[in-house]
Amino acid sequence: MKKKKARQRRVIPGFSLSMGVTITLLSLIILIPLASILVYSLKLKPAEFIKVITDEAVLWSFATSILCALIAAIINCIFGTMLAWVLVRYDFPGKQILDGLIEIPFTLPTAVAGITLSKMYSTTGEIGKPLSKLGIEVSYTHLGLIVALIFVGIPFVVRAIQPVLQKFDVQYEEAAQMLGASPIRTFMKVIFPELRPAMLTGFGLAFARGIGEYGSVIYISGNNAKEHTQVVSYIIMQKLNYLDYGSATAIALVMLIISFLLLLFVNIVQVKQSRRTNNV
Amino acid sequence: MVIREKKKLTPHGIILIVISVLFVLLMLVFPLVSVITNSLKKGFDFYIKSLSTEYVLSALRVTIIATVIAVVVNTFFGLMAGWLITKFNFKGKQILATLIDIPFSVSPVIAGLAYIMMFGRLGWASPIIDSINEMFGTDIQIVFAIPGVVLATIFVTFPFISREIIPVLNTQGKDEEEAAALMGAKGFTIFRRVTFPHIKWATIYGVILCTARALGEFGAVNALSKTRGETFTLPLEIDALYLAGSADSITAAFSVSSILVIIAVIVLILRNRFEHRELKQKEQV
Amino acid sequence: MFVELKDINKTYGDFQASKDVNFEIEKGSLVALLGPSGSGKTTILRMIAGLETPDSGDIIINGVRVNDVNPAKRGIGFVFQNYALFRYMTVFQNIAFGLEIKKESKKNIKKRVEELLELTGLTGLGDRYPNQLSGGQRQRVAFARALAPNPDLLLLDEPFAAIDAKVRQELRTWLRDMIQKVGITSIFVTHDQDEAVEVADSIIVTNKGRVEQIGSPYDVYKKPQTPFVTEFIGQSRFIEDYHKFLGFDKGDYRGAVIRPEFIEAFKLDNQKIKNYIDASEEGTVKAVHFRGNNLELILDVNGIELATYRSLERRRVEVGEKLRVIIFKVIAFDGDKTVILENKELLGKNINNNMLESYLYDESQKSFVI
Repeated sequence: MKKKKARQRRVIPGFSLSMGVTITLLSLIILIPLASILVYSLKLKPAEFIKVITDEAVLWSFATSILCALIAAIINCIFGTMLAWVLVRYDFPGKQILDGLIEIPFTLPTAVAGITLSKMYSTTGEIGKPLSKLGIEVSYTHLGLIVALIFVGIPFVVRAIQPVLQKFDVQYEEAAQMLGASPIRTFMKVIFPELRPAMLTGFGLAFARGIGEYGSVIYISGNNAKEHTQVVSYIIMQKLNYLDYGSATAIALVMLIISFLLLLFVNIVQVKQSRRTNNV
Repeated sequence: MVIREKKKLTPHGIILIVISVLFVLLMLVFPLVSVITNSLKKGFDFYIKSLSTEYVLSALRVTIIATVIAVVVNTFFGLMAGWLITKFNFKGKQILATLIDIPFSVSPVIAGLAYIMMFGRLGWASPIIDSINEMFGTDIQIVFAIPGVVLATIFVTFPFISREIIPVLNTQGKDEEEAAALMGAKGFTIFRRVTFPHIKWATIYGVILCTARALGEFGAVNALSKTRGETFTLPLEIDALYLAGSADSITAAFSVSSILVIIAVIVLILRNRFEHRELKQKEQV
Repeated sequence: MFVELKDINKTYGDFQASKDVNFEIEKGSLVALLGPSGSGKTTILRMIAGLETPDSGDIIINGVRVNDVNPAKRGIGFVFQNYALFRYMTVFQNIAFGLEIKKESKKNIKKRVEELLELTGLTGLGDRYPNQLSGGQRQRVAFARALAPNPDLLLLDEPFAAIDAKVRQELRTWLRDMIQKVGITSIFVTHDQDEAVEVADSIIVTNKGRVEQIGSPYDVYKKPQTPFVTEFIGQSRFIEDYHKFLGFDKGDYRGAVIRPEFIEAFKLDNQKIKNYIDASEEGTVKAVHFRGNNLELILDVNGIELATYRSLERRRVEVGEKLRVIIFKVIAFDGDKTVILENKELLGKNINNNMLESYLYDESQKSFVI
C-alpha cells in the first residue's frame, strides 16, 4: 500500500537549506551561463541568425555530427547489448576485469583518447597500417569520427542495459522456452521488448554525447571543410577563436536545443520505464 | 533477490564472450596500451624530461587546483541535491533532476562558450566583475584565467556525485530519517548518523569519477584558457604538444598523456573495488 | 480524554484521506485503528504523530492542541511499519538514539537501554545489527526504541505486517502483554480484524476516510452499526433475498448479512431438534471444507448458498446430503444503519438442546445470545 504523501510541514529537516543550495548552485553553474548564450543569440537579427545557421560549412557540420553520432550510437546499441548480456548472463574468468574495462572511456581524458585513436588509426599506426593495405583509411575520415564516437559512447549503452538485464527474471525466458519458442524468438519476443527502454536510454545518452563530442574527435576527424569532416563543436571553437561570438552562440543555441530534446527524450523513456516496472 | 544458476556455457555463449572480449580489447584496451608505448618511444630519459618542463608542471598545478575545487563543490552539491530529491516531495522534482543532468548531454565546448558569454568582454556579467574589481581594488579575471578553468571544470563534472548518491538514497527510503526526526534529532545529526553511512561508498565512488573527469576535461577548458604555461591544464598541454607536430613533441604529448592514463587505470581499479564494497554493503542491509 | 481528534479533514490532491474524523481515546487504553487498505487509518496515525498535517480540525494530546507542535515535542513513540531501524547502528545504538538526542548522561542511557533490552527479552543482543535479527526481534527493537525516551503515547503502524504468520500470533500476545505492563496509551493500525479483536481494548473502524464505528471488540463484533462494519468483521455473506428463509420477513431492508455462527445444521434423524423442526428448513450440502479445528459446510437452502461451521466431533456429513437448517438471526441493512432480525419462528421458545446450548433466548434482551 503506497500512499501519496503531500505534506505541508516536513518532518525531515533541511528542506529549505538543501533546496536553496541546490537551486543556487544549479543556477550559478549551469542555468545562468547557458541562459547567457540564449540572451546573446537573441540579440542577433533573425536574418543574421538564419544566415549563420544555413552557412554551408555549418549545415555540413550538423549533418556530420548528427549522422556520425547516430551511426556510432546504433553500433554501440548492438555491441553494448551484447556486452551487457555477456556480463550478466555468463560466468567466465576475467569477467570482473572486463566489466571494469567498459568504463575506460569514462575515465580516460577525451584529448588523450583523441590523439591516441588518431595515431593508432593513421596510415602509419598500429591498426591504421594494416587497414590501409586493405584500402581502408580511418583517420581523417568519417570512419575515424565514428570509431572515436563508438569509443566514447559504449559505456553509456552497457551501463544502461546491465541493471535491467540483471533484474530481468529468467522465468520469463524459461516460460517462453517451455511454450516452445526458439532462442532467437525468445530474445526478440520476450527479452528485447523488456530491454527496449534501457536500450533507448543508452542510445539517447550515447547519441547526445556523440553530437557534442569534442576532445576525442577533433584529432581523428581531420576537420576538413571540403571533406565535410568538421563537427559542430569544432566549428563553434573555430568561431570562438576568430572572436566571432555571434556565429558561435547561434550555432551553440541550435546544439543546445538538440541536446535538450534528447535529454527530454531520455527522461520520458525513463519515466515510462519506471512506471512499467512499478506496475508489474 | 533471486539466486539463479548462471547459464552453462553453450557454443553460442562462447562465441559471444569471444566477440565481447575482442571488442573491448581492440576498442578500449588497445588505445591505453598504445599511449604507453608511444610515450616510451624515445626512451625513458626523454620521457622524464618531457614531463618536467615548466609548461607541464604549470599545467599540472592548474589541473590540480581545478580538480580539487570541482570535487569539493560537486560533493557538497551532490549531498545537498541528493537529500533534497530523495527525502522530500515537491512540485517540479522531476524537472529539477533533469536540469542537474544537463552537463551530460551538452557539448563541453558550449559550456566554455556559456562562460565567455557571461563573463567575457561582451558578457552581461562582465560589468559586475569590473565594478567588484574597482570597489575592492582586485584584479579578478574569469575568462581566459584560472577561475574560468575552474568554473568550466565544475560545469562538466556537476552531476557526477549526485548521480551516484541519488539511486542509493532512493532505495534506502526515508523511514529511518523520519524515525530519527520524530525522536527530535537535528538535521545534521540525522545526516551524519543515519543517512551518511548508507551513501559512504557511493560518495567516494562519485568523488573518484568526478576526479577522473575533472582531470581530463578538455573542450570546455579549451574555450576558456588561452595562455600556455599559465592557465593551461594537462589536456590542453597535451593538445599543444601534439599539434606542434614534430616527432619529439608528439612523443612528449604521449608522455604527458601517460600520466592521465595511469590515473585512469587507478580509477578503474578503485571503481571495481568500491563497486564490490557497495554490493557487499547492499547484501548486508 | 488523553487523545482527541476533532473534525479532522485531510486531502491529498483529489483523494480525501480523512473526512470529519472525530474520536477520543482514554488514558492507558490500547486502541486499534482497523480498516481496509486506503481507508485512511494510517493517515490518522501519521497525523497524530505529526508526520502529516490535517487540513482542518484539532488534534489534542493530554489537553494540548498539538497541530502546530513539532512531532519530536509531542511525547510520542512511533513504531514504523517496516520498523525503520537504523541499519548502520547496533541494537544498543538504535535504542539509545532518542536518549542521546535528549542529551541524557551516558550512565543513564546505558541503564535505560539495558532495562529495555531486558524488558523486551533482547538481553545479549545489544551488539547485533538489525540485519542480524529475525523479524520478531526487529519488532522488539523497534518497540524498545520507541519506548526509550518514556513517551506518553505509543503509535504503531501495522506492527505485525512484516512478520511471518507463524510468529505473528505469538507477537500479538507479547505486544499486548508488554503494553499492559508498561501501561502506556497506545494506538495501532491494522487491516487484520483478528489482530484488532485479539489485541485491542477498543477498536476504531475506518472506511473511505470516515470513522464507521468505535467500540469494544465485543461490540464491534456483536453489534456492527453500519453495513460496512458488518461485512468487514467476521466471515460475512451478503444475501439480498434473506426473506426466502423461514422465519424472516422482507421488511424495507435492502438485504442482510448472515454469518456462519448464525446457522445450525442437523442430520435429519437428529432427535434433539424435533421440538424445533417447524423452525427449520431443508438444505443440501454442496461442499465440505476442512478448516483445521472445524468444518465449513456450504449449504444450498432455497437456492441460496450459505456457510456454517460444524464441529469435527459431530457425525460426518457427505456432499449431497440433506440437512435441517436453522437460521437464528441475520443483520439487515437499513440504509447506512443495521438492524438485527431474529428468527420469528424461534421467538419465545427456549432452545435447551445440547448442541444449541450456547443459543439461549434471553427474555430481558428479547434476543438469542451466543
